Amino acid sequence: MGNKQTIFTDEQLDAYQDCTFFTRKEILRLHARYHELAPHLVPMDYTNEPDCKLPLALIVNMPELKENPFRNRIVESFSEDGMGNLSFNEFVDMFSVLSEMAPRELKAIYAFKIYDYNVDNYLCKEDLKKTLNKLTKEELTPEEVDLVCDKTIEEADLDGDNKLSYSDFENMITRAPDFLSTFHIRI
Amino acid sequence: MPRDSLIPFDNISNEDELTSPHRGRERSQRGEKRDGVYEKKKKKKVTSRRRERSGVDEGGVQLEHERRDKEKRKRKRNTVQARGEGEENHKEREDERKSRKTAKLGKSLRNENSQKIQKEGEEEGEENQEEETEKKPKRKKKHGHSKKEEAEDEGKYELKEETQEVEKKNTKTVAETGLEQESSEDTEEVHEEDKVDQEDHENQVRPCSLSPEELEKLKEAVEERKKLIQSLRGKPWSMKKKLLTLRESQEFVEKYEGALGKAKGRKLYAYKVIMTKKWMKFQRDFENFKTACIPWEMKIKEIESHFGSSVASYFIFLRWMYGINMILFGLTFGLVMVPEALMGKPYGSIPRKTVPRSEEASAMNFAVLWDCGGYAQYSVLFYGYYNDQRAIGWLKFRMPLSYFLVGVGTVAYSYMVVIRTMARNANESGVGDDNSFNFSWKMFTSWDYLIGNPETADNKFASITTSFKEAILEEQENRKDDNIHLTRFLRVLANFLVLCCLAGSGYLIYFVVRRSQKFALDGLENHTWWERNEVNMVMSLLGMFCPMLFDVISTLENYHPRVALQWQLGRIFALFLGNLYTFIIALMDEINVKREEEKIIKFNITMWESNLYNGTGSENGTTVSPIIIQPADVPRGPCWETMVGQEFVRLIISDTMTTYITLLIGDFIRAVLVRFLNYCWCWDLEAGFPSYSEFDVSGNVLGLIFNQGMIWMGAFYAPCLPALNVLRLHVSMYLQCWAVMCCNVPQERVFKASRSNNFYMAMLLVILFLSTLPAIYTIVTIPPSFDCGPFSGKKRMFDVIQETLESDFPSWFSKVFIYASNPGLVLPFILLMVLAIYYLQSTSKSYKEANVELKKKLQTQNEENKKKNKQAALKAQLDLEEAQKVASQAPKPRYKSEKFCYNSLSVTEKCQQTKT
Repeated sequence: MGNKQTIFTDEQLDAYQDCTFFTRKEILRLHARYHELAPHLVPMDYTNEPDCKLPLALIVNMPELKENPFRNRIVESFSEDGMGNLSFNEFVDMFSVLSEMAPRELKAIYAFKIYDYNVDNYLCKEDLKKTLNKLTKEELTPEEVDLVCDKTIEEADLDGDNKLSYSDFENMITRAPDFLSTFHIRI
Repeated sequence: MPRDSLIPFDNISNEDELTSPHRGRERSQRGEKRDGVYEKKKKKKVTSRRRERSGVDEGGVQLEHERRDKEKRKRKRNTVQARGEGEENHKEREDERKSRKTAKLGKSLRNENSQKIQKEGEEEGEENQEEETEKKPKRKKKHGHSKKEEAEDEGKYELKEETQEVEKKNTKTVAETGLEQESSEDTEEVHEEDKVDQEDHENQVRPCSLSPEELEKLKEAVEERKKLIQSLRGKPWSMKKKLLTLRESQEFVEKYEGALGKAKGRKLYAYKVIMTKKWMKFQRDFENFKTACIPWEMKIKEIESHFGSSVASYFIFLRWMYGINMILFGLTFGLVMVPEALMGKPYGSIPRKTVPRSEEASAMNFAVLWDCGGYAQYSVLFYGYYNDQRAIGWLKFRMPLSYFLVGVGTVAYSYMVVIRTMARNANESGVGDDNSFNFSWKMFTSWDYLIGNPETADNKFASITTSFKEAILEEQENRKDDNIHLTRFLRVLANFLVLCCLAGSGYLIYFVVRRSQKFALDGLENHTWWERNEVNMVMSLLGMFCPMLFDVISTLENYHPRVALQWQLGRIFALFLGNLYTFIIALMDEINVKREEEKIIKFNITMWESNLYNGTGSENGTTVSPIIIQPADVPRGPCWETMVGQEFVRLIISDTMTTYITLLIGDFIRAVLVRFLNYCWCWDLEAGFPSYSEFDVSGNVLGLIFNQGMIWMGAFYAPCLPALNVLRLHVSMYLQCWAVMCCNVPQERVFKASRSNNFYMAMLLVILFLSTLPAIYTIVTIPPSFDCGPFSGKKRMFDVIQETLESDFPSWFSKVFIYASNPGLVLPFILLMVLAIYYLQSTSKSYKEANVELKKKLQTQNEENKKKNKQAALKAQLDLEEAQKVASQAPKPRYKSEKFCYNSLSVTEKCQQTKT
């Protein structure tokens, strides 16, 4: 890969490897994927850290994310501006957190961000309703949705403020047996 | 953002002011305690400096200032880089603050000073109280005295102080925008960095005159930075921040490690640093290499996105199995097969390495070779070929010993790997068996992020919806049993039928094995292909059809699908196990028969030999010329070990073949038929009866596990088995990947992978145990054949160990070994182990109890909290309403801040509880 053109300097690659859970090859692959999304926008040469961002619409169309009901939220919560425009750094960050190697705590933090639609650092009932409707493609009746959301809050809410703070969420998610195996995307 | 505006910010700034020097003092205090010499030194320094600077000033204060101001500069630089984007936001705030702060700073500074003075007073009791009064003016003087950098008047100082503070705020706000937990972590991190910075600048001032204490600190700082670098990837920061922190700390480490290295007498340290650097680099390269070596990553990814994690888990399991078999293969191939082939006596040199005369004609026939006879039987592939020569070749390779140790090592390695994986899985899956978070888990973990295929996604949506509906139903009304007697009866009936099946299949196998022995006695040539391969075929067919039967039977039982799956798995497991053990029992019978045969042949051989010698002796008279007998003509024993090995190889081969053929017929042909006959059929084949097959994860995993069990069982007698298995797994990886992508449809009821992961592992462990049992039994109790294999001529196979001890080790070693293996020592040791296990068991039990207790406590507290909070919320709401009436915004933030405090309180409470 490297012989035709240097995409990153060695230092950059090392830095990325220090900051993410990826190996050298995977970072290059990620760059290829990123480049693929918008060949005319993304330069092949990243040695001087060009400032280039891709909009949400492009990233959401990746096959890895395409079927995910939370795709917009995922991208948004990893973008710095909250609108879903991802620079390459953020792109790498996203897949690093979603990679298999990332620890549970890190994943939990970002999962919380993803499910927190209105970005108020709480999962309130509205957030849960949105989540549930995305999960079931709105096939549950409003009463059922209400019931499920209430039950969820009742189960997980430890401090009784009728919404889930991060600590509630973490407490719940760290015990979930499937969280690690499902909250991961292979790139 | 909203929260940090709620924090009363002046308080914090003051606190910061006060705490940071405080901490500095504490640190140095600690240092002093640690190092008495240093204390004296410092005092000396202090006093001398005091004399210079009219005897009042204190080193710590000076350092404090220097440190501050350096830090400020550095931080400024950083923040300019890092927070370019955040600057605008903070600027307004900054302006707003400035006015307030300049007024306040004087005060806070004074506070700080007095605080410090108090501290000093406490610490150094000898210090005169008068100093306190003198301090302030002198302090100013000191600024005048110090170096250029520090040359600053009070005003400048104030300004810098302020900027620093603002910057501190900045970092804080950045952190605060994140989550609660995160923010606390972050601020901690910031503090740590501050500390580090402070320390580093303290040292930077006088790099040449570093005292050991300071060096120690510097080292600590460097270590801290290194730790930071290592844990960086787990930090929930944005990439930019991470990269920046990384660069910074790398620079820092670079700089100060260099400084540390340059100091005299630090060569060792420098060397160590360089070595660790190299080692890190090597590790990273190795890691890269390792991940590059993991095969089929893309294939699995593709399957994952099509079928979700459960189907992929089978392929990951398959790959894991492949890895293990590779290692087993490496062991047997490298330490047993290759040495024997290269250094042992060549083919045809001795009877055990030659095809007997009677078989020579057919030895190269494919049918015979396929049946593991002929040349295949007399090759390194089987036990019988190996010679009992103690050391072979110019390397003096101890062949029998190696053979034995590889056999033991195979089992030991497998145990180790399986148990380690189980432990890791148990760690990863958390404590997930309580049902307290039923809905939440469904809500937050049921979507499989791996899915990337629209069809699978649809299935997943549907299954999630139904699972929610089920859960709602369960929640609303406890399931009512309509006719409990009928279901009970049906369940009993079903189990009875299954038991019948199991017994029948067991008997069938036993019967077939016995019959095949008869055939074997008659000579295989007189029988048809079916009669020759009856055993394996029957076993494979049973393994194929019985699970289907069980599936049909289990519809009688009307269990929940998950429960039903477990029953099904249990039954298939029992079936396979029963079949395997009947097979082994039948083999044991056969072994006994062979051993009887062996006795007769042994006798015959002695007769034959004596006849030979007598005959030649009488013919030639005086000269006893060496009689040249072709090794092929020498009569030989039946060699039961090779027979066992052959049986296993045949079993594996036929099993593999049936798997592949079922795959082709059951999946491929069916898919083709369904696809193309659908155009001209009277009902919809794709949606209706035959449809496409689903990928049967559990059945496939079980098949894999049993296959592995057979490998473990037979590997001792047929060293080629791991190689064969590697081949099989390799092919099935490709074949099944292809089949699953081309002719299977995603499962309708999607089971989660993680829950069953350790279940499969546990099964593997059971199988491992059960399959090593007969192997060990035969090794320990049955004497090896007299004329074949590496242990021929010994009473028992493990005698090879004793032999090695006696001849290859010094005599004291064998003595020690004999003493150590004496029952008087072994029994107490076993007792000790049992006691240790008991102890650990009971402690873990008590831990569990404590856990349950804590959980209860937590719950009750939660309930209390909820009550309290409701009241508070009500009150707050009233307040709010009132406030709205008055149309002033004042009460609102108060309420929020209250809440925030409350939250943080509860969090800390929780932390404490978990700690206890």
